[in-house]
Amino acid sequence: MSDPISIARQGILEPAGLTDGDLDRLCGALRAPAIDAADIYFQTSRLESWVLEDGIIKDGSFNIEQGAGFRAVSGEKTGFAYSDELHLPALEQAAQAARAIARGGQQGRVRIDGLPVPHRLYAPLNPIESLSNEEKVALLQRVDAEARRLDPRVREVVTSLVAAQDTVLIIADDGTLAADVRPLVRLNVSVIAEEHGRREQGTSGGGARAELGYFLAADLAVELAREAVRQALTNLEAGEAPAGTMTVVLGPGWPGVLLHEAVGHGLEGDFNRKGTSAFAGRLGERVAAPGVTVVDDGTLPGRRGSLNIDDEGTPTQCTVLIEDGILRGYMQDRLNARLMGLAPTGNGRRESYAHLPMPRMTNTYMLAGDKDPAEIIASVERGLYAANFGGGQVDITSGKFVFSASEAYLIEGGRIGRPVRGATLIGNGPDVLTRVSLIGNDLALDRGVGTCGKEGQSVPVGVGQPTLRIDGLTVGGTGA
Amino acid sequence: MAHFVLEDPQGRLGQLRDSVAAILTEAARQGATAAEAAVSTRAGLEVAVRLGEVETIEHTRDNGLGVTVYFGHRKGSASTSDLSPAALREAVAAACAIARYTEEDPYAALADAERMAGAIPDLDLYHPWAITAEDAIALAVACEDAARSHDPRITNSEGASLSSHWGLQVYGNSHGFIGGYPTTRHGLSCAVIGEADGGMQRDYWWSTARAPQDLEEAAAIGRRAAERTLARLGARPIATRQAPVLFQAEVAAGLLRQLIGAIQGASIYRRASFLLDRLGEPVFPSFVHIHERPLLPRGLASAPFDGDGVATADKDLVRDGILQTYVLDSYAARKLGMETTGNAGGVRNLAIDMGELDRPALLREMGTGLLVTELMGHGVNLVTGDYSRGAAGLWIEGGEVKHPVEEVTIAGNLAEMFAGLVAVGNDCDFPGSTRTGSWLIDRMTIAGT
Repeated sequence: MSDPISIARQGILEPAGLTDGDLDRLCGALRAPAIDAADIYFQTSRLESWVLEDGIIKDGSFNIEQGAGFRAVSGEKTGFAYSDELHLPALEQAAQAARAIARGGQQGRVRIDGLPVPHRLYAPLNPIESLSNEEKVALLQRVDAEARRLDPRVREVVTSLVAAQDTVLIIADDGTLAADVRPLVRLNVSVIAEEHGRREQGTSGGGARAELGYFLAADLAVELAREAVRQALTNLEAGEAPAGTMTVVLGPGWPGVLLHEAVGHGLEGDFNRKGTSAFAGRLGERVAAPGVTVVDDGTLPGRRGSLNIDDEGTPTQCTVLIEDGILRGYMQDRLNARLMGLAPTGNGRRESYAHLPMPRMTNTYMLAGDKDPAEIIASVERGLYAANFGGGQVDITSGKFVFSASEAYLIEGGRIGRPVRGATLIGNGPDVLTRVSLIGNDLALDRGVGTCGKEGQSVPVGVGQPTLRIDGLTVGGTGA
Repeated sequence: MAHFVLEDPQGRLGQLRDSVAAILTEAARQGATAAEAAVSTRAGLEVAVRLGEVETIEHTRDNGLGVTVYFGHRKGSASTSDLSPAALREAVAAACAIARYTEEDPYAALADAERMAGAIPDLDLYHPWAITAEDAIALAVACEDAARSHDPRITNSEGASLSSHWGLQVYGNSHGFIGGYPTTRHGLSCAVIGEADGGMQRDYWWSTARAPQDLEEAAAIGRRAAERTLARLGARPIATRQAPVLFQAEVAAGLLRQLIGAIQGASIYRRASFLLDRLGEPVFPSFVHIHERPLLPRGLASAPFDGDGVATADKDLVRDGILQTYVLDSYAARKLGMETTGNAGGVRNLAIDMGELDRPALLREMGTGLLVTELMGHGVNLVTGDYSRGAAGLWIEGGEVKHPVEEVTIAGNLAEMFAGLVAVGNDCDFPGSTRTGSWLIDRMTIAGT
């Protein structure tokens, strides 16, 4: 049984004793003449986590959540209620509370039909069961031993392993019946290295919509341990970061968080419908240098940010946001697409049944150019090379965004020089990409560690980019 | 439709206490040598309006159950949103299954029995609000209207929202401790957009309180949101330089929270703090006193006992500039060979003693420098104290506002910033559980054009 709809029926509806007739009735209870759209989102999620610290398996936890969210939309108005009790009276009460957004009307009945599964980007598996507990423990111990073996300056190592399975079933009043079974795994390593009383941290991580065996293939887990140690030791050598506006070269992969903050959020449909984004009304205009093409692609197999369907049942797609420097499209959920007269793009996402969906990113990245990365570094007389980042943030109205380098080096005379302390970089979203002067041929996606927060809701996302040269970005160091 | 107000909080609390007791009994039955459990139920109403029209009406209702079991010094945890007896048994079984694979940790155990809270004081935290969705919408609309009509340069809105929630939480452990209490929390907020010279700016204001009558008046919140937005119009970067920086009160609260991050138990035992080994040493100038008041009546972060069941108590964290204590739960305390400070779950109602200067006097004291009204990003490294964040605010010359500033960063090191604190203002005028005036820091690096 690997059909998501069958798995969702068996995992969510059958234990709750809910029949197809009940679903018709609940969907009908959401309907009223003034309701433009209504949907029900059933969800069951299981999450298991393990933590190794001080060389021992110190903590483990198991979480199970389930519930159903009911939404009724009338024009720009949304009524929403949810229940974490899946019995019919509680569900009917939630449906009626959501429907109260539109007064009057009578209940109808809706016939719902299953939709064919558009993609199969990941198998509907349960990663929690993909390794035995003994194997999970052994995996963590291996990472810990490797990090400690590499260098005596490594003082503290914290490693965590998370496996989750999220099963969703979406029923909408247009007859949609869709389901998705979403595995997600994550491994994180954090180390503290100490030398002459100075302490520095290094972190690394990886993840995917896959089984836990993902971390064993090609010894990825051990590679992550090495990466965390390398970063901590590099930071032990780091000097003051420069302050001011300068040429910045961003490394490939995770530094693509630049795109997520600088242009991604500003191109989400809700902000553009409301005219609150610095990008509002700018479709067809130049917002980036020629050669810059940025997409949001929810269809990459196994990626952390990928989904077979979004949380409204719309199949995900690859949406071109910026093409050769010209703004081409926004990311949409159903509500904002309808109100803007555009098509949904499979970007309607929600943290859980207890949250309303809204336009969110999936995997956002820039396509490769043709420059050799070495040539890009060599082209810079004096500047900053930022290899790794922590998080970022954007003010979508003013367009100002920040992202914080966790590993950076000076570039002097076309060569990568001494490491510098972490620093925040700040820029203006609508024009930063117009200053991209060289694009590498080394497109890479991040290792599967991104989590995006918007209006209090967190969802897993991915980013990526090739090596980029940006002529003029403000670097927030303390040095000259 | 009226929003769901709890009829009988004491009766419902009794049911949650029964659930906790049942979990502890079940844990013992499944062989655990000790256990602790927390059960909660919450509900609320949230309405959002935009441009005078309803945008969303949300009815929230959440249950939660968390259990930790100990087999000697091995532990396992589980949680679920389902409070049914069957789910409760399964959660205990899941926690026990985990505990078979965790290893002996000599510090893993319940807090010491003699530290459990005794009589649980009533902190006046429960003030339910039987507001209807219609009335909630009317208040939010009034708030947004006040912002939109404040000035013609306010051209758009992200809207206003009103929320009202109640919650019941019960914690118990196998020492025989069991305690619970009801709480409420209400909030009203507004965010509007202004436009001038082709540039858009957004800002917001909010109020939050345990009792509805303690909320700031709707129109006053709206006006404040509009004023803050207008103050940002025409912002531009400044040239890179070193200068004094005044952190406006609500932004300075973040510096206090970073202090807590650096002195909390896990940061200390992981050697991940720039304040490691600084206990008893000066970390601020001698005029600085910082304390925690967890038992404040109606306090937004008040709690009679912490997440371990340990009684909370007032304490000084910094006295005469000297670090007096770390903030510890019982696990961290054992690991460090210290006593718990009753801070499992964090610090509650943090405050710094305020000085004499109001905002204009602080600006005169600074002379020329940057008043920071907003910070962006996560560029704070608590291991090293390195601090580098995006900032917006006002450029000040001779104590007077010259122009709004954006697209700059401010950078320094928290240890040096704390030591370089020149003055704390008396201008604490923002809601929330952290109380401080504005902080004047002698010198930071500002990166701009």
